[in-house]
Amino acid sequence: MSKILEGLYYAESHEYVKIEGEYGYVGITDYAQHELGNVVYVDMPDVDDEVEAGNDFGAVESVKAASDLISPVSGTVVEINEALADQPELVNADPYANWIIKVKLSDASEVENLMDAEAYKAAIGE
Amino acid sequence: MENKRTCLYDKHVALGALISPFGGFDMPIQYSNIVEEHNAVRQACGIFDVSHMGEVLVTGPESEKFVNYIFTNDITDAPDGKIYYGMMLHPTGGVVDDLLVYKMADKRFFLVINAGNIDKDIAWIMEHAKKFDVTVEHQSDIYGEVAVQGPDTEAIVEEVLGIPCADMVFYTCKEVEYNGETIIISRTGYTGEDGFELYGSHAFTNEVWDKLLASGKVKPCGLGCRDTLRFEVGLPLYGDELTDEITPLEAGLGIFVKLEKEEFIGKEAIAAQKAEGLKRKIVGIELKDKAIPRHGYDVEADGKVIGQVTTGYNSISTGKSVCMALIDANYAKLGTEVAVRIRKRVFPGEVTKKRFYEKNYKK
Repeated sequence: MSKILEGLYYAESHEYVKIEGEYGYVGITDYAQHELGNVVYVDMPDVDDEVEAGNDFGAVESVKAASDLISPVSGTVVEINEALADQPELVNADPYANWIIKVKLSDASEVENLMDAEAYKAAIGE
Repeated sequence: MENKRTCLYDKHVALGALISPFGGFDMPIQYSNIVEEHNAVRQACGIFDVSHMGEVLVTGPESEKFVNYIFTNDITDAPDGKIYYGMMLHPTGGVVDDLLVYKMADKRFFLVINAGNIDKDIAWIMEHAKKFDVTVEHQSDIYGEVAVQGPDTEAIVEEVLGIPCADMVFYTCKEVEYNGETIIISRTGYTGEDGFELYGSHAFTNEVWDKLLASGKVKPCGLGCRDTLRFEVGLPLYGDELTDEITPLEAGLGIFVKLEKEEFIGKEAIAAQKAEGLKRKIVGIELKDKAIPRHGYDVEADGKVIGQVTTGYNSISTGKSVCMALIDANYAKLGTEVAVRIRKRVFPGEVTKKRFYEKNYKK
C-alpha cells in the first residue's frame, strides 16, 4: 500500500505538490518511487529556471530506466533539493520529505486541475 | 505474437517478480531489488532462469568441419568438454549471433544461442548445413537452463545439489547422471563471477531451482541484474554491442575470430576490415557526473556527433556513470575527452577501458 499524504495535490504522472503560501514543493509520490525502484540519479533544473504545468523539468533515473519529471504547477524554481545530488536514494527512503524543487507559483489556481489524496488513491487503484 | 514462457514461469510469478518481455519470452527482470540481486552475485551466490536461451545439437561425420565453417573461433581437434565463445557472421562481417560451442564428444557439438535470435539462427544453421554431412537438432524446447553465479557457487552446487564440480576448469563442461537423466553442467556464465550453468529437462530445472532456493544460500536474480553484471565486466549483449551491422573487430572481440582458420563465413570481410583499419570502435566512457548514459544516446566531441551509447548504467559495483559506446575510431584512444547528450544537456567524460569492474573467474 503506497503512502499518500492528505493536503497535497497529485498529478496523473505521479508528482505531488505541497503548497506553502506562494510556494510549491514538487516531488514524486511514494507509489512512483516504488514503481521506479532504486533511484540512482535525479536530474534537476537550475534555480531561476521557469517550469510550466504539464511540461518536463528533469528526470528521475532508476538503475534500468529514466523517467521524466512533469511539473504539476507553473512558476520559477527558487530552490532545488541539493541533498539529492549526492544521495538520490533519499527519494526512495521518504519521497514526501525529499521534495525535488521549490517553485514560486505563477498561478496558484492551477492546483484545481490536480487530484486530492482521495482521488489519487483511486487513480492508482488502492 | 504471444510471448513464450520458460518452465519456471509460475515460480517467478509466485515470487512476485516483475515480468517483462525479453527475446520473445516473458522473463523475470527483478524479484525485489536489482541492487541487492546484483550484489548477491558479486558477493555470494545468485540463481538465474536462463531457460530462454536456445540450444542446438550438431552431430555427424562433418560436424567439426561444419561448426568451424559457421563459427569464428577454432574448434579443430578440441578436447572433449571444452567450450568456445565466438560468433556466427554474415558474409559482410556483421554478427548473426554470438554463442557458445560445447565440444561434448567426438562429432557432437552443443550450441547455445541467444533467445531473441533463435528463429534467425536456426534458419541460418539449417541453410548452411545442407552442404555438410551433419545432423542438426533444435533442442530449445527440451532444455531448461539455470545459471548459478557468484563466489560461493562451487560449494553450494556440490553440497546442495550433490553434483561434483570443484575440479572443473573455467569454460569446460561435462555430462552428469542426475535422477536418471543426463544433464550438462558447465563452468560458464555472464556475470564476471565464477559460476556454473546447468542444462536439463524441465523437471530437472524445476528441481534445481527449488533445491537451491530452499537452501537459503542462493538469491533469485532477474535479467535486470544479469545485464548490470555483464555490462560492468565489459561483456557484450547481442542487440547492444553486437548486431547484424557491427563486426567483432569493431566490438573489440577480435581474439574470438581465428583468421588463420581455413574457411568460415565472414572471414574475407573481417580480414579486409583488419587490413584497412577500423572506422568505428566500441569503447568505454566514464562520465564526470552521475547522469546515466543509456542505449542510443549520442556521443559528441569537437561539436559533432561521433557515435552512440550501446549500454550504460550507474555501475552498481563502482558507483560511477559509465557506458559502452560505438564511436568514430579517431576518438577511441584512452583518455580522449568526449561527452554524452542526456536529454537536454551534454555531460563531459572520457574514453576508458570497457571493463569497468575486474572479472573474478576461477581459472
